[in-house]
Amino acid sequence: MDKNTVLKVDNVSVRFNLTDEKVDSAKEYLIKFLKRELRYKEFWALRNVSFDIKRGQRVGILGLNGAGKSTLLKVIAGVLKATEGKVVTKGRIVPLLELGAGFDKQYTGAENIYLYGAMLGYPKSFLKEKFDEIVEFSELGNFINVPLKNYSSGMKARLGFSIATIVEPDILILDEVLSVGDAKFRKKSEKKIKDMFDKGITVLFVSHSLAQVRSLCDRAVILEKGQVIAQGDSKTVCDLYQEKLNK
Amino acid sequence: MKRLVDNFTKYRFLLVELVKKDIKLKYRSSVLGFLWTMLEPLLTMIVLTIVFENMFERKIPNFPVYVLCGRLLYSYFSNGTKLALKSIRRNSSMIRKVYVPKYMYPLASALSGYITFLISLIVLVVVGIVQDVKPTWYLLQAVFPLATILVMTVGLGFILATLDVFFRDMEYLWGVLLMLIMYMSAIFYDPTNLLATPKGIIIRLNPLYGIITNFRNAIFGEPMNVKYFAYTASLSVIMLVVGVIMFYRKQDKFVLYV
Repeated sequence: MDKNTVLKVDNVSVRFNLTDEKVDSAKEYLIKFLKRELRYKEFWALRNVSFDIKRGQRVGILGLNGAGKSTLLKVIAGVLKATEGKVVTKGRIVPLLELGAGFDKQYTGAENIYLYGAMLGYPKSFLKEKFDEIVEFSELGNFINVPLKNYSSGMKARLGFSIATIVEPDILILDEVLSVGDAKFRKKSEKKIKDMFDKGITVLFVSHSLAQVRSLCDRAVILEKGQVIAQGDSKTVCDLYQEKLNK
Repeated sequence: MKRLVDNFTKYRFLLVELVKKDIKLKYRSSVLGFLWTMLEPLLTMIVLTIVFENMFERKIPNFPVYVLCGRLLYSYFSNGTKLALKSIRRNSSMIRKVYVPKYMYPLASALSGYITFLISLIVLVVVGIVQDVKPTWYLLQAVFPLATILVMTVGLGFILATLDVFFRDMEYLWGVLLMLIMYMSAIFYDPTNLLATPKGIIIRLNPLYGIITNFRNAIFGEPMNVKYFAYTASLSVIMLVVGVIMFYRKQDKFVLYV
């Protein structure tokens, strides 16, 4: 792998088996299994997807609903394993997807900082050190000691964002531009992401919005039905995508 | 191998956090809170003692201690395996969204149960003193059954958690099996007569019975039954190996089924 490559998606395919007909009971399952009648409809969510990202590049992934964007992100984040091919990454990836997916609603905000932080793989000493900073950025104040079940969804998102962005990632994965919390917090979170951009981190950005990809990314990839149909510099690829949409 | 160790080091704080969460949340909303760890086995012991001392003829010496030994070990085994069984499904929302090593979930379930179990042993100490059970050097042998039951619960936890992802029926099946194990563990009766008959084989084959017997021997100052130990220890190691292999092979499929 090239020294400057931080993310390499190598011939990745993902297959899902969709059951043709519903098998409800164990008996039915057994009979079908013995008669070899268990048929699956194969569905390839991704097919031979390859591209790589060099350090400091900002890559946009374009595609319609169902093109395989989310599946691709899941494979890169390590949640889903590719049926074929592999993904090689270097450095710390921070996926800003599903903020606060590891939260426990009975836990207080403070306890959740440690729980969610641990889930993202941060050590305890680090979280202790950054605790005040996280609380401050989230603007939760005294609510930090209240169980999460009493939080509004905006508050949860703010906390999730504050924890996830406490480290400087090597690769940042974004699913649409984040709109977290109220207008004021949104501004703040956008600024934080912008700051990271300015520092030259590597970004993988998934979006439907051509305008955002044009303004944020220097490279782009178009996914259609699980396959890469075009990749290259952002302007050319965006123009191509625009053309396809107009058709 | 090195990757495995590195990955564990990175996420070991998560294991601590998951164990803490299980313990903290278990009693959070109750008034007496953590005291229930000790109160619950104590009250069960009192009930069982009243029932069995008064309604049945044959008396077992030191019945409260006898019943408590069996009951504590059994309830750890049953709670630990049940929690581990559901651990993957219970955490399905996380498994679908964040990458963490998946073995953390069943492992944390088995460990958090073990910690509450160790704490609840305080009750046994207190009851032992009240009942005037004299400690002997044999008491140190209690480590063997205590270690065996942990290995067995972790191993079975992996097996059950894996199975439960693909067959939801596992939860109910295991509940029934646990009941059988409970009655075959001689928690509140003396199995001597039964063991002499051919039917006694069911009790002997039940690993939990061997573990409980050796634990009782340690408490009552009798030498360890080496045969039982060899059987239960090797069985639990086999379960652990089988569990780890099963889990490792199937874990990438979990996300598609939970």
